[in-house]
Amino acid sequence: MSTERLPISVLRHRFFPGRWDLVAFVLVFGALAFLAHSAVGLTHPLSRLTSESISLSPWALPDYAAQTALRMLVAMVASLVFTFTYATLAAKSRRAAAVLIPLLDILQSVPILGFSFTIVFFLSLTPGRAAGAEMAAVFLVFTSQAWNMAFSFYHSLRSIPAELDEAARAFHLGPWMRFWRLEVPFAMPALIWNMMMSMSGGWFFVVAAEAISVGNTTVTLPGIGSYIARAIAARDLGAIGWAVAAMTLVILIYDQVIFRPLIASADWFRLEQEARLTPTRSWALTMMRRSRLLAFGGNAFSGLVRLGFNRGSAPQHRWRPWRAGPRGRLGDVLWFTGVAALAGFVIWRTGQYILAHVTPLQVLHVVGLGGLTLLRVLVLIALASVIWVPIGVYIGLRPRVAAAIQPVAQFLAAFPANLLFPVAVSAIVTYKLNPNIWLSPLMILGTQWYILFNVIAGASSLSSELKEVGSNFRVRGWLWWRRIALPAIFPFYLTGAITAAGGSWNASIVAEVADWGHHHLVAAGLGAYIAQATAAGSFARTVLGIVVMSVIVVTLNRVLWRPLYARAERKYRIS
Amino acid sequence: MNANPQIHAEPLLQVQGVGKSFWKSDGDEVVVLDDVSLTLRRGEIVGLLGRSGSGKSTLLRLIAGLDAPTQGAVRYLGAPVAGPAAGIAMVFQGFALFPWLTVLGNVQLGLEAMRMPEAQMRKRSLEAIDLIGLDGYESAYPRELSGGMRQRVGFARALVVHPNILLMDEPFSALDVLTAETLRTDFLELWSQGELPIGSVLLVTHNIEEAVQMCDRLLIFSTHPGRVVSEIPVDLPQPRGALDPAVRALVDRVYVEMTARPRIARAGQRAEPVAAVARIDMPLEHVSTNLLSGLIEAVSAPPYEGRADLPAIAQALHMEADDLFPVAEALQTLRLAEVEGGDIRLTDAGLAFARSETDERKNLFAHQLLAHVPLAAHVRHVLDERSAHLAPKSRFLDELEDYMTEQSAEQTLRALISWGRYAEIFAYDDQRQLFSLENPA
Repeated sequence: MSTERLPISVLRHRFFPGRWDLVAFVLVFGALAFLAHSAVGLTHPLSRLTSESISLSPWALPDYAAQTALRMLVAMVASLVFTFTYATLAAKSRRAAAVLIPLLDILQSVPILGFSFTIVFFLSLTPGRAAGAEMAAVFLVFTSQAWNMAFSFYHSLRSIPAELDEAARAFHLGPWMRFWRLEVPFAMPALIWNMMMSMSGGWFFVVAAEAISVGNTTVTLPGIGSYIARAIAARDLGAIGWAVAAMTLVILIYDQVIFRPLIASADWFRLEQEARLTPTRSWALTMMRRSRLLAFGGNAFSGLVRLGFNRGSAPQHRWRPWRAGPRGRLGDVLWFTGVAALAGFVIWRTGQYILAHVTPLQVLHVVGLGGLTLLRVLVLIALASVIWVPIGVYIGLRPRVAAAIQPVAQFLAAFPANLLFPVAVSAIVTYKLNPNIWLSPLMILGTQWYILFNVIAGASSLSSELKEVGSNFRVRGWLWWRRIALPAIFPFYLTGAITAAGGSWNASIVAEVADWGHHHLVAAGLGAYIAQATAAGSFARTVLGIVVMSVIVVTLNRVLWRPLYARAERKYRIS
Repeated sequence: MNANPQIHAEPLLQVQGVGKSFWKSDGDEVVVLDDVSLTLRRGEIVGLLGRSGSGKSTLLRLIAGLDAPTQGAVRYLGAPVAGPAAGIAMVFQGFALFPWLTVLGNVQLGLEAMRMPEAQMRKRSLEAIDLIGLDGYESAYPRELSGGMRQRVGFARALVVHPNILLMDEPFSALDVLTAETLRTDFLELWSQGELPIGSVLLVTHNIEEAVQMCDRLLIFSTHPGRVVSEIPVDLPQPRGALDPAVRALVDRVYVEMTARPRIARAGQRAEPVAAVARIDMPLEHVSTNLLSGLIEAVSAPPYEGRADLPAIAQALHMEADDLFPVAEALQTLRLAEVEGGDIRLTDAGLAFARSETDERKNLFAHQLLAHVPLAAHVRHVLDERSAHLAPKSRFLDELEDYMTEQSAEQTLRALISWGRYAEIFAYDDQRQLFSLENPA
């Protein structure tokens, strides 16, 4: 067919490199060169990974920062692969979901550093090589990212609008085509948001995972985390300042190169059929869209995806995972009995193992420590709320200020607060303060921002009509807070508080114990207990600590946060 | 006479004694479709017409292979349908376009799934886009288009696969009146000129005028469960103007057919005495009391003076049949009006209501509600009996769920709460999900 008949809009353009291609070229090949450089490091012998090999010179930082960033990227890719497979399996099989979803719920409540004992396992995979240590670090970061992404993707798959699902089936989309044409695009906006949240958590743990010891095994991977650890040992505040600066830069670059374009493109996948008035802008996305070099890569990928489109012709099965016919009942009974038996066995063995090493009295003691940490979390959330709610409302009601502050708050939430711990710890040591009290604020240092930026978002979403009603009827002062501001932000505030509380539990493992040179500070609490048990290589005590913390977190979610949230949804959402 | 005089003898589609039931969580069965049979031949447009809840959309989905019947069989070209069949394409009520694909991408979807070579796929898609009047919009995204243009994409996507059967699920109901009219006319024009690569069309609609204008044959469905109650051939020449007397006469006839059935079911009920617990299972549809009074006032006012032709009053109030029927039926439930033979007639209570002021109306409404809606009497009775005059919503929900689906029970209670509040026969606190007798006053 002749090209003249094709409308202009679908004509293929000939390749002319433009200025965006230049930018893309530099970025792509720079990244490739760096990847090659880092890959060589994987084969280095493990013996070179000691803290002495870490240089405190600021000039070593760009390299360290790049390696830390690379670990994050690898972990993110792994999380995505996990998300796509795990969540898809759970969404398509009712029986799988009955196991996978509760499992995910538990995994999500396990404190991330509780996974650090896996280091020993990863090291054994590549004896004597650095690759195993790298894998362990990446795995730890992965555990801080994957669960909520998988949850979000699962939820999206379960809530695909009926008509789109029917259209996909009526037009014979095979499973593979359905995945790429319907499911992934539909899940995109929520997934991107969760990836950003995951990244924030990830930075925190990549720093913690680079320099870690489990029993006699100590690993120091070249990166910002190890740099900080070395700086702490050397009590070098200047070096810590450099590390903070480097981290800031890395996060900003990630934001510009990865997340801005993702958010901007997420608008594309939104189901709302109305065009948005103020689309998010991103220079990197413009580059990706305009650069033909990258377009070529994109086309190659979509060509690959398309190859599989006819695989498994029209799905004959009816995709109704939640409705069991009478036929499936027996299978269900067998399946769930098996699962229950297995779960019971695991619980029994774990209990047996723990009680073989720990006396019941000690278990009680650990529960008590859990209570202490719980007290800290609740008090800190309350304190942070008292401080940030009024400020957030103030900012949110002023669109200009909000536009300026919101990115800063999001950046602060992403910034790994553990980089700043040494500064606080050095102050505690210098002024001989009580660690039981003064180490506590560190737990919420990084997570309080979730409260702030959610409150800002809530206050900005308050409709101008409601605000006008307020002024029209002269609703002022405390009445204004009670009747207008607080109800309007409540669901948003809860989202922030839940995230902050979850993050604080995780942070407690790093925050309740701290070093500064030879000074070793400990605050009594469950986090400190887990950290010390891990460092001592006591597997039974570590598991006990993790189990207690998971149980507390799950219980808290069920009896406090979830009902509160449901109530807020019902009562305060303006729909 | 007919635009497509050559209707082939060989049936494209045969639906034989099809039934569809759903099972509730407690194992009870809810019948949605019961013993439906129909035959579709090449070259005809058949309309499925019925109230919401008549299962006509469910039938369409069974034919599309999106769901399986619990009884009977759907045969396409002689072979039973198991899963979406090649050669059957669907146009959706809400368009069902993929917002992340361009117009071209959306139209190509079905061909891509067939793994048609790129060049051929593009050629055919552009032809379909051309035909349906979307020229120049190939690279637009659905969000950039108006509703009418979006549904054109929906049509192009279905046409491009050259289906033997085109299924249309209320394709114009999400559009405004003018746009719907334009799209309908365009479609009919292409159809009459034989330009559409389609064998035949099955159209689900609740719009009676639309059905009469478009179809060669109409099948009227009853509700709860859905059954075909009558078949009306439409032997009028195209184009059929909305004001054409022959068209109007047929529209009137369809109204009569559609209002005849529920009347018979109700007549049987009326003979029995009102016994609270025994008959609380009557499903209620939520109709705002504003609409109820609005219709009563309209019918009582000149020129109707208490008795009105349903099509006429629908037109006067700018309502579609499907919007009007629930209101008329609610009035009938409350014995404020009677519906028969395509007419609505106010009862004495209805006429009294029309003459009254707010407080009197509320009293009258309360009286009708307690007398003719057993569930209302039941709730009131329970509240009166209890010393605290409190009862949780779940109590009544559980009772209703013995007779109907969860969803329908929820809907029935919602309707009851709204009417009960207007009548001030009880109060309800949604936060605590509690019925009570206390009023803030």
